[in-house]
Amino acid sequence: MTAPVLELRNVVKTYSVKQGLMGRPKPLTAVKDVSLSLGRSEVLGLVGESGCGKSTLAKILLGLEAPTSGEVLVDGEALGAQDRLKLARRIQPIFQDPYSSLNPRKSIADIISLPLRVHGIGDAASQKQAVREILDVVGLPSRVMNTYPSQMSGGQRQRVAIARALIMKPEIVICDEPTSALDVSVQSQILNLLGELRREFGLTYLFISHNLAVVEHLATRVAVMYLGRIVEEAETGDLFDNPRHPYSRALLKSVLTPEPGLGVPDTQLGMAYPNPINPPSGCAFHPRCPLATELCKTRAPRPVPQDGGFVECHLYDRETEMFEQA
Amino acid sequence: MADRLLTVRDLVIDIPVGGGTLHAVRGIDFELDRGEVLCIVGESGSGKSLTSLALMGLLGKRIKPRATQMDFDGTALLSASKKTMRSLRGARMSMIFQEPMTSLNPAYTIGDQLMEAMLLHRDVPRAEARARAVELLEKVGITAAESRLGQYPHQLSGGLRQRVMIAMALMCGPELIIADEPTTALDVTIQAQILRLLVDLVREMGMAMILITHDLGVVARVADKVAVMYAGELVETGPAKEIFEAPMHPYTRGLLRCIPLPGKTKRGSELGTIPGIVPSLVGRVSGCVFRTRCTFATEACRGDIPRHLRGPQAFRCVLDDGGLSQEKQEVQA
Repeated sequence: MTAPVLELRNVVKTYSVKQGLMGRPKPLTAVKDVSLSLGRSEVLGLVGESGCGKSTLAKILLGLEAPTSGEVLVDGEALGAQDRLKLARRIQPIFQDPYSSLNPRKSIADIISLPLRVHGIGDAASQKQAVREILDVVGLPSRVMNTYPSQMSGGQRQRVAIARALIMKPEIVICDEPTSALDVSVQSQILNLLGELRREFGLTYLFISHNLAVVEHLATRVAVMYLGRIVEEAETGDLFDNPRHPYSRALLKSVLTPEPGLGVPDTQLGMAYPNPINPPSGCAFHPRCPLATELCKTRAPRPVPQDGGFVECHLYDRETEMFEQA
Repeated sequence: MADRLLTVRDLVIDIPVGGGTLHAVRGIDFELDRGEVLCIVGESGSGKSLTSLALMGLLGKRIKPRATQMDFDGTALLSASKKTMRSLRGARMSMIFQEPMTSLNPAYTIGDQLMEAMLLHRDVPRAEARARAVELLEKVGITAAESRLGQYPHQLSGGLRQRVMIAMALMCGPELIIADEPTTALDVTIQAQILRLLVDLVREMGMAMILITHDLGVVARVADKVAVMYAGELVETGPAKEIFEAPMHPYTRGLLRCIPLPGKTKRGSELGTIPGIVPSLVGRVSGCVFRTRCTFATEACRGDIPRHLRGPQAFRCVLDDGGLSQEKQEVQA
């Protein structure tokens, strides 16, 4: 692997949550000691159920939330030491809903060129030229410059959002569910565009999605998140062909592929996603895990290296075996 | 003949808009037997949800649907009185809406909302309605059902709320359930659980279900019959197996190419697309509406479009084979 463009070292994010009117605030750890690294022009797919901390992680990377502890490094430089403006040049977001993420009162040219104005890059004429160029890159005609978001379709709006993200020539793009608000035929256009842009500009993506078929298609590596922890990370092919963590297996099993006659799978997960304020003891997944043992209830598993990745489960820990035998 | 529950013939929904008339649904036909699941699949604006609202008689005063026939177990839905419709809705036919966040009333407890329909339609004591509510909450997999009755919607997660919606739709033991994107807002794991539950209930109770979705994976796994809707028309209908294994209409084939198929589509390869956008349906609409986005479009597509039958499968296209032979030639060339 090439030198990491983006690295997370033991990142923790704790919120204080008040329960009820008179309740005393309780800590909620949304991201628990997460370490990750992303090489240039890699696509890391981040998957997991809602409430698992995916979006908190994205916010930390964008500098919208400061981690409680731990470090985020971009090109080996710690993020805390960089100011927001510097950060915005390197990391840009594409959000889920192009209907609410574009200002309805600004023209398309205004929306796309805003980052240039914020950073004071170029004069009006050169900014206009830059917008024209980037529109061409994302496949929109330059005549849309003077139109407004309400005059555009969902797919066109998402192209505008991508153009706005790319005009600063960032190295890393955080895509938070970039196609889940779009129709199937438009989704494929946006996915193709993201793929092209990555090849052309060597972009690195953190791709957050609950659509596992899309993640499998686009990502080079996949991280599976559960209750604030990354429980498995592997090469895409490896993870989808041979998921190790019982949670990854359940997640993959619940994907409904378009194959008629197979029926709806039984995930065997039970129903409830645990309350993150009172996380289960030991391995957080043990109440839903079909393979849980006594040990899982008391001792938290540690990351066990596997080829090209890791899994956090007692089943794969040699030391656990010895511990159990003893 | 199988146990026919619903017959729809030539359903038309016109919506008056500023600049004229929006021909949102134009002459669609389908039927449904007890114990069957029909999936209506299509993209936004195709008229899927309007069709289901028309069945429930919930389109509002401004929009008057027309049809040569729209029968629910012998009752003509379009000419039925308000009183008849009220006695059907929530009792013999019920609907599960897409947004569990907005379709529950935040000011009433789960229990009150669950029991409302039953107390309204059936002359039962409160205790019996309460027992039924608990029974159904347990059936949809909600733990500690008894204690949930006193809770308010904001105290429940999205997945739980959607299950409450399903339980609510089942309270009076309906014969027809219309589910409009019931799992779109949910996680994949919960989606699988809820769909499994719905399908099991349909089989168990001999209900019929219309499931409206844009997710082809859901369609493949759940549907007995599929109706592919594009811009207000059913372009192709048939059993799920045939639609997925031998799609005939160029739009159906296009849709299936747009989604990555695990194990079949090469990772990172270019996905199929359907260029262009859905045409405006305001004003006169004639010929095949898909022609503006179809690779096989010719002059003939502006005229009348014949309906072809292939066993249980039907599609509308000027080409006898929906352009399949042309497509094969192109692939070879």
